[in-house]
Amino acid sequence: MDLSSLLVQFVSGLSTATLLFLVASGLTLIFGVGGVFNFAHGSFYMLGAYLAYTFVATVKLNFWVAALAAALGAGILGMLAEALILRRIYGRAEEGGFQILLTYSLILIIDDLVKLTWGTEYKSLSRPPGLGGALVMGDLVLPSYNLAIIGVGLLVVVLAWLVLTRTRPGRIARATALDRETLGLLGINVPLTMTVIFGIATALGGLTGALAAPLRSVTPGAGIEVIIDALIVVVLGGMGNFWGAWLAALLLGEVNAVAVAVAPEWASLFSYLVMVVTLIFKPEGLFAPRQVRKV
Amino acid sequence: MTGADTKKEVIFWGLLAGIFGLLPVVSHNDYHLIMANHIIVWGLFAVAFNMLFGITGMLSFGQALFYGIGGYGVGLMVKYLGKAWFLPGMAAGVLAAAVLAYLLGFLIIRVSGVFFTILTLAFGQLAWQVTFRWYHVTGGDDGIQGIIPPGILGNKVFYYYVCLACVLASVWYLRSLSNSPLGLILRCVRQNPARVRFLGRHVRRNQRRVYVISSVFAALAGGLMSGVDNSVHTNMFYWTTSGEVILMSVLGGIHQFFGPFIGAALIKIIEDVVGSRTEFWPLIIGLLMMTMVLAFPRGVVGEFQMLKARWQWRALERARRG
Repeated sequence: MDLSSLLVQFVSGLSTATLLFLVASGLTLIFGVGGVFNFAHGSFYMLGAYLAYTFVATVKLNFWVAALAAALGAGILGMLAEALILRRIYGRAEEGGFQILLTYSLILIIDDLVKLTWGTEYKSLSRPPGLGGALVMGDLVLPSYNLAIIGVGLLVVVLAWLVLTRTRPGRIARATALDRETLGLLGINVPLTMTVIFGIATALGGLTGALAAPLRSVTPGAGIEVIIDALIVVVLGGMGNFWGAWLAALLLGEVNAVAVAVAPEWASLFSYLVMVVTLIFKPEGLFAPRQVRKV
Repeated sequence: MTGADTKKEVIFWGLLAGIFGLLPVVSHNDYHLIMANHIIVWGLFAVAFNMLFGITGMLSFGQALFYGIGGYGVGLMVKYLGKAWFLPGMAAGVLAAAVLAYLLGFLIIRVSGVFFTILTLAFGQLAWQVTFRWYHVTGGDDGIQGIIPPGILGNKVFYYYVCLACVLASVWYLRSLSNSPLGLILRCVRQNPARVRFLGRHVRRNQRRVYVISSVFAALAGGLMSGVDNSVHTNMFYWTTSGEVILMSVLGGIHQFFGPFIGAALIKIIEDVVGSRTEFWPLIIGLLMMTMVLAFPRGVVGEFQMLKARWQWRALERARRG
């Protein structure tokens, strides 16, 4: 393999990594801030992809507008799910297990509702106009849509970081992670905050689904594949660790790119392999600070 | 255990053995036999799963991994060595599950709560991927057909009784385990791991122990099932299989030892009545799970006992006043 094709693989891995990170960041956000484990996060990714497909194919929106609208749609559905369903079990004994079971039931329900609405056949979304081709530099051919995804991903990361660290809503979000009771005493509407954060997280999932739709075909049942990839990222990065998730996504994206080039048939196993090796040598996550071992 | 509880337990065992033992005598319908066979084998799987979840508080989303190993242990042996290897295949599957669960235990029981669930799910899906893609060995998506138990085991009714004996013995063993000091420690691990450490007991070691035990019986259920269906399929490893066994436990009641068994029977009956008429089975079990978690978290058996306790209390109040 020569240098230029290596670089092409690298860029392809980078765009996979960006998508992985975007999904995982929504998962980490709601877990880190709200303490809610949303097993159905991948289903909101899938909803985003289907909504984007409808907005482009039926409503004839511009791709980017459609992607934003899909993110908004997934966000609103997420807020509904939180306010109507998930909120009911906050504070119950053994909450964690029941959260997983409840969001698991959401996976099944959303999957079948998607099948009812859009049918079971594959849907494909063409790349946005102007990005269908490739960027050619000498003998280097880089697909421009992949580059666009990387750009959008960076934009979202920087925006999210700025909002979380530099604004009042970001401060409220971080305070929610630390102490919800005190936050409520300070006059912040905590239940509303939780709903909004859940909405932002699912909107991130929906946006990723919409962005990924032109690269992967849109099928029902995509939710579970995506959630497992995102979970591996989160395990590697250390749950709730923003930059750790980013590095883990980068690692997995590149591993996947290499695997596709070397053994395409078994490519999907390589991320598991990385996970197993990590678990053996550093179970708290590759990029998590070493914790004091409990007795 | 009080005397009343012992009496209830004896009655329950009697009913269990009576209903399932007499079924082939009462009905000569093949369909009923297979149905009952599914119920008892899934019942064992669910009870074994609940040793982890209901008793120890470890929600595994990957017990399908061991169920699949049990099934494929038999399937691969029969496929490559002939049908005389049915029983050795079952033993091999159970042994492989024990070894794997022991080793995996060190990897995934270092982390707690949600992480345990995530990792069990990931390893389960890993096994599914391998089985699915390793076509020339496992037959991939085609599965393995024509797994017929040898000799007299080939007789459906006889095989059913063998299954029933295995299931009753296994559930009996798990029941006595749950009532033993180990069972007590496991309950303490669920309720307050920190205090278990204060008592000088090991949390992780006991978690690994119950993980191996639960997995061994999941594999046994998988092995038994291969002879009921006469085939194994990659779906045995798939995450929805883990999901189904979780739903059975939640439906029956996770804090009641026999809840999962009753849940398994209910799910198999609902599946039989509803499942064949709709392609939207996942929607139904999703709604069922949601209803249980939101409205009846104690499960059918638990809610029933709650209701009974309330009636008794009311009767007592009335007697006191009157």
